[in-house]
Amino acid sequence: MTVKPSPSPLHQPGPHESGYRHASGEARYVDDLPMLPGTLVCTIFTSPIARGKISSLDVSRARTSPGVAAVLTAAELPGSNRIGPIFHDEPLLAEAQLDYVGQPIALVVGESYAACRAAAAQIEFECEAHKPILNIAEAIAAESFHGEPHTIARGDVEQALAGAAHVLEGQFESGAQDHFYLETQAALALPLEDGNFHVYASTQHPSEVQHMVAEILGIGQQRVVCEVPRMGGGFGGKESQATGVAVLAAVAAQTTGRPVKVWLNREQDMLITGNRHPFATRYRAGFDEDGRFVALDIEIFSDGGFSSDLSLPVLDRALFHLDNAYYLPNLRFVGRACKTNLASNTAFRGFGGPQGMLATEVILDRLSEQLGRDPADLRALNFYGDAPRNRTPYGQEVRDNRLPRVFSELMATSEYRARRDAIATFNRNSVWRKRGIGFAPVKFGISFTKSVLNQAGALVLVYTDGSVQLNHGGTEMGQGLHTKMLAVCCHELGVVPEQVRVMQTATDKVPNTSATAASSGSDLNGQAVRQACATIRERLRPVAATMLGCDGQQIVFTQGMVRGNGRQLPFSEVVGQAYLEQVSLSATGYYRTPGIHYDHASGQGEPFYYFAYGAAVCEVEVDGATGEHRLLRVDILHDVGTSLVPTIDIGQVEGGFVQGVGWLTCEQMVNDSKGRPLTLGPSTYKVPAIGDVPVDMHVKLLERAPQAGVIHGSKAVGEPPFMLAIGVVHALRHAIHGFGGRVVELAIPATPEAILRAVEHQKTGALPG
Amino acid sequence: MQGAIQFELNGEPVVVEGLSPTTTLLNYLRDTRRLVGTKEGCAEGDCGACTVVVVERGGPQGPGFRAVNSCLLLLPLCHGKQVFTVEALRDSDYHPVQHALVAALGSQCGYCTPGVIMSMFEACYRTDLDAGWKLDDQMCGNLCRCTGYRPIRDATTQIAGTRPPGRFLKVLSSTGPTPQALDYRHQQQRFSVPTSFTELFDVLRECPDARLVCGATDLGLDVTKKHVTFASLVSLHGLPELAKLEVRDNHLLIGATVNLADLEDVCTTTCPPLARMLRFFGARQIKNRATIGGNLCNASPIGDLAPVLLALGARVVARSHRGERVIPIAEFFVGYRQTALEPGEILARVDCPLPPKNARVGAYKVSRRRELDISAVAAGMYVELDDAGLVSCARIGFGGMAATPARAANVEAALIGQPWTAETCTRASQAVTTDFQPIDDHRSSAWFRRKVAQNLVAGFYADTLDSPQPNLPDRPVSTLLHAGGQP
Ligand SMILES: Cc1cc2nc3c(=O)[nH]c(=O)nc-3n(C[C@H](O)[C@H](O)[C@H](O)COP(=O)(O)OP(=O)(O)OC[C@H]3O[C@@H](n4cnc5c(N)ncnc54)[C@H](O)[C@@H]3O)c2cc1C
Ligand code: FES
Ligand code: FES
Repeated sequence: MTVKPSPSPLHQPGPHESGYRHASGEARYVDDLPMLPGTLVCTIFTSPIARGKISSLDVSRARTSPGVAAVLTAAELPGSNRIGPIFHDEPLLAEAQLDYVGQPIALVVGESYAACRAAAAQIEFECEAHKPILNIAEAIAAESFHGEPHTIARGDVEQALAGAAHVLEGQFESGAQDHFYLETQAALALPLEDGNFHVYASTQHPSEVQHMVAEILGIGQQRVVCEVPRMGGGFGGKESQATGVAVLAAVAAQTTGRPVKVWLNREQDMLITGNRHPFATRYRAGFDEDGRFVALDIEIFSDGGFSSDLSLPVLDRALFHLDNAYYLPNLRFVGRACKTNLASNTAFRGFGGPQGMLATEVILDRLSEQLGRDPADLRALNFYGDAPRNRTPYGQEVRDNRLPRVFSELMATSEYRARRDAIATFNRNSVWRKRGIGFAPVKFGISFTKSVLNQAGALVLVYTDGSVQLNHGGTEMGQGLHTKMLAVCCHELGVVPEQVRVMQTATDKVPNTSATAASSGSDLNGQAVRQACATIRERLRPVAATMLGCDGQQIVFTQGMVRGNGRQLPFSEVVGQAYLEQVSLSATGYYRTPGIHYDHASGQGEPFYYFAYGAAVCEVEVDGATGEHRLLRVDILHDVGTSLVPTIDIGQVEGGFVQGVGWLTCEQMVNDSKGRPLTLGPSTYKVPAIGDVPVDMHVKLLERAPQAGVIHGSKAVGEPPFMLAIGVVHALRHAIHGFGGRVVELAIPATPEAILRAVEHQKTGALPG
Repeated sequence: MQGAIQFELNGEPVVVEGLSPTTTLLNYLRDTRRLVGTKEGCAEGDCGACTVVVVERGGPQGPGFRAVNSCLLLLPLCHGKQVFTVEALRDSDYHPVQHALVAALGSQCGYCTPGVIMSMFEACYRTDLDAGWKLDDQMCGNLCRCTGYRPIRDATTQIAGTRPPGRFLKVLSSTGPTPQALDYRHQQQRFSVPTSFTELFDVLRECPDARLVCGATDLGLDVTKKHVTFASLVSLHGLPELAKLEVRDNHLLIGATVNLADLEDVCTTTCPPLARMLRFFGARQIKNRATIGGNLCNASPIGDLAPVLLALGARVVARSHRGERVIPIAEFFVGYRQTALEPGEILARVDCPLPPKNARVGAYKVSRRRELDISAVAAGMYVELDDAGLVSCARIGFGGMAATPARAANVEAALIGQPWTAETCTRASQAVTTDFQPIDDHRSSAWFRRKVAQNLVAGFYADTLDSPQPNLPDRPVSTLLHAGGQP
């Protein structure tokens, strides 16, 4: 049976589902929820040292401090003290061993933050400091790793390198990035009757919160509901690391029998939770005469921090994206996750993809600087193509490669070549300031690389007045998932948005969900929502057919009306009749991605359902006196298939791009020599501000590009645009090259200091000490 | 003298008693009033999620709504003011700024949004937002991690200066409450807002440990980050004399409590080098509160106004119950975070001679992020030439290079008596290494500070070639928009 496409919010530009609630201040986040009388708040007492042992810990004075309800340490936990998304290798509260500065040791629970702070100051604590491992180099030297190495290989690298026309060798590093979601981590746990708990959490993964709360409290999962009102940003930082905060709240609620809120202020949030993984890369790359890759031998090391968290899958995705958009005939990729005495690094938009991709992109920049070739052409030359140049390192075929098309369209609309010429003239005439332009292609694999996670559910409830409650397993963190699901739901049921309420995500509506992550939110949940809605619609169809006196196949559900036989009825009337006829008005939907698999041991498989593509052209101006730069113009062409809601997708592209610019230019986490973070707030940790974004910004979605097998022809959009920001690095390198013509030595993030060093190197041939 | 804090919140009078005077407006709104639309993103003035507006009536552009960071604003500083939060905007319909932001999809997660809305709200009633950079300056104190800002910029552009008729415009045309003295006590804490110098100096005599406070953009951080509970605070905002800003006999006289937004406004025409430095000072919310007195008395080595005031040869006028005395700015900073002020003395105003038209004056700030960041290096440079074209006077002030803002004596010596050329500046720039031994910290390395300082001195000649007192260059535009790629 085919349903004719009908006018609906689907594929239409539209506002964010919560837009007016955001703008009026009405939107509620966890910390805004009304507090029941007696609700307690918390302060976390944390480790002052990066590595060592607790020699003594006495909280008895703190316990008797005024306004204190409880002080919890590892010793008081009822069930297990182990958390962690994959391996439960993280203590919720430190036991004897201390692993990083900021590690939670005790939870002080009290009537007010002031009372908690005063009590925390009464904790008697002594520790013995050991020499910490504070970066990748120290971890490699100490052979301190998480898990085993992951290798992906093909062909004969040594032979190919030996025969290569050009060989580049070197190393390269990228740095940590704080998520800097505007809403810090927060959870509110309510103890209910009969040992049950309701936990409001700002989490991308309510099921993990539910499961971990149950495990740590030693109760069944049925006793715990986790509900997510919405998040004030997540970006991966609330995929696994919101769990600890929620579990602490639940433990304290169980201990005190009162509602407990754990809310981290910015400083504690930045201290306790982890970041984007820093990476170090050693490479040897071989090219033929024309600049085509013949071999790439890469070893990558990530800094996982003290626990494994999501470091291994992050490492996998980094390996899966070392190729970015390019065919590599011979290759050897080896990845290792280092174990250090820092906060545990975690998921962050791109999930290792950006770090992997950046390494290869810098290699291509260096080659073009060495050969004096236009790096855009060099990149296009290396694009995946027809067989055999269509196999990724892990053996998956690149079908439907849209990059050649993106490349030619973007080259034309951005006037790349004319601008590159004009920049050459500009640079000849300018001593202190130089400009540069860069082209960055992105190919990004879509799916959780742990295949089992690619499943989702929905629950749709229709009421007798024709109104609808839409539940799905995804969480809303600003990315517009609810807006898209609303559009899908309206489209399938033929109702208008005003009839539908998108419910807060809760584990009592859809169980056993995967994290809203890996850009997969709308792909997975969209299919589940569609299925649930279609089930109800098909149950209504015969009811409507009888009411309208026609064949069911002629019935059309659209815009709140049901049409057929030249007549129409309000959706509510049909629903009302269905109720009288004892037709079920609720349904679940379920979806799993077909056909994906990956074998870790052989490094081969089909881990991705499809690839998303995009490209950017960026232009910068560099001030050779101060190292400051300006982003002058950005052109982006991005492939989201047939967009579910184009305005939302444009927002994801722009926002992702700017966040990537932050990672690559101004955001730098600095620790002192003892592993104490020095950048614990926006006064010292600088994310992009409005002036960092060019006025001249042209973002387009690729037209006529439906993706087969994905919800309404769309494609995932959350992460891929982040990597478009690598175009800024290309542009910076081009500008810096203008100061001396040498191969550019630019550290990342490209702060004014990094740029000034690179400019000095251009002028003198030496990197300043 | 009143004993309770009184102000107007969203059009309703409020009286506050029984709360610590170091309670921030943000905590009062969220915890006491349950007005949770206003968010906390940092409690250090750097994210803007907590932005509300306060009505200011004395600025050079007339009465206006001023966006401020409620996280740093101590509640007693609201005494006698009108405050509006995001909750006030909607009545039967949403306010035009709300419509504009929603239509532009200017919110994603929405957590920055109430703050963004309140900054846009100020923009909506401002009459002087006539350039693109001013819009960015208006909005740069609001960090948004989701949108990438383009829609926020679009929406702000659309509503800036539109001043829709209605109840808010009426607020601006009404006279507002009259300022009243305050003597607020809570447990061991006291907060006074004297309205005469006699009262002020009496309080300072009574409580020798009293701390002065103006904008609280420095002092507020001690409260929110270090949890200092000050026993006695004295605000200077009730003294109209200290809020005067005037030009007299070619001198700019800047009252201690003049806020930096107003100062920037006036300096744009009267003293471009100072305006240039103020352009990248904090963000709009900070400039709406911060004062010149607070900036100098805080005596931070990275305070931005000192270097340019050193270059301009400004003087500080101190006042105590004994009367006034004048301190050359070069003698004002006596040590790390120490000033020449004596106990019981306040900074009353800054007397800044306006530079002669032909003097070369530059002001520079270099930081990791251009907007809303603390300097790695800040500099003010001033030279005069004699009839023969030789440098007759040179004052080069730096911030970020030493424990106090300081002049570069050796650089100055290397300039004086020399012909005014690029070579002279390049040669003089070498002397930076003998003037300063800067330090490494999380903002930058000593190498960077030294190198930038040298480059700024070396580039000073070129920078003042076209105009002796250049304004900040316009934001550069993409290359193809220049005919033939000419700079
Ligand atoms: C987010 C943010 C960004 C900032 N950006 C910058 C920047 O870019 N550049 C920069 O230089 N600074 C910056 N600052 C610091 C601060 O805003 C300025 O130093 C400001 O000028 C301080 O003025 P205030 O009125 O707020 O001082 P307050 O905080 O009220 O007072 C500061 C100190 O000065 C004393 N004091 C104040 N007035 C007097 C007086 N008249 N006589 C004697 N003592 C007095 C007070 O007792 C206190 O010790 C920033 C601060 C924040 C929070
Ligand atoms: S909370 Fe960040 S500026 Fe006030
Ligand atoms: S919308 Fe999320 S921070 Fe601005």
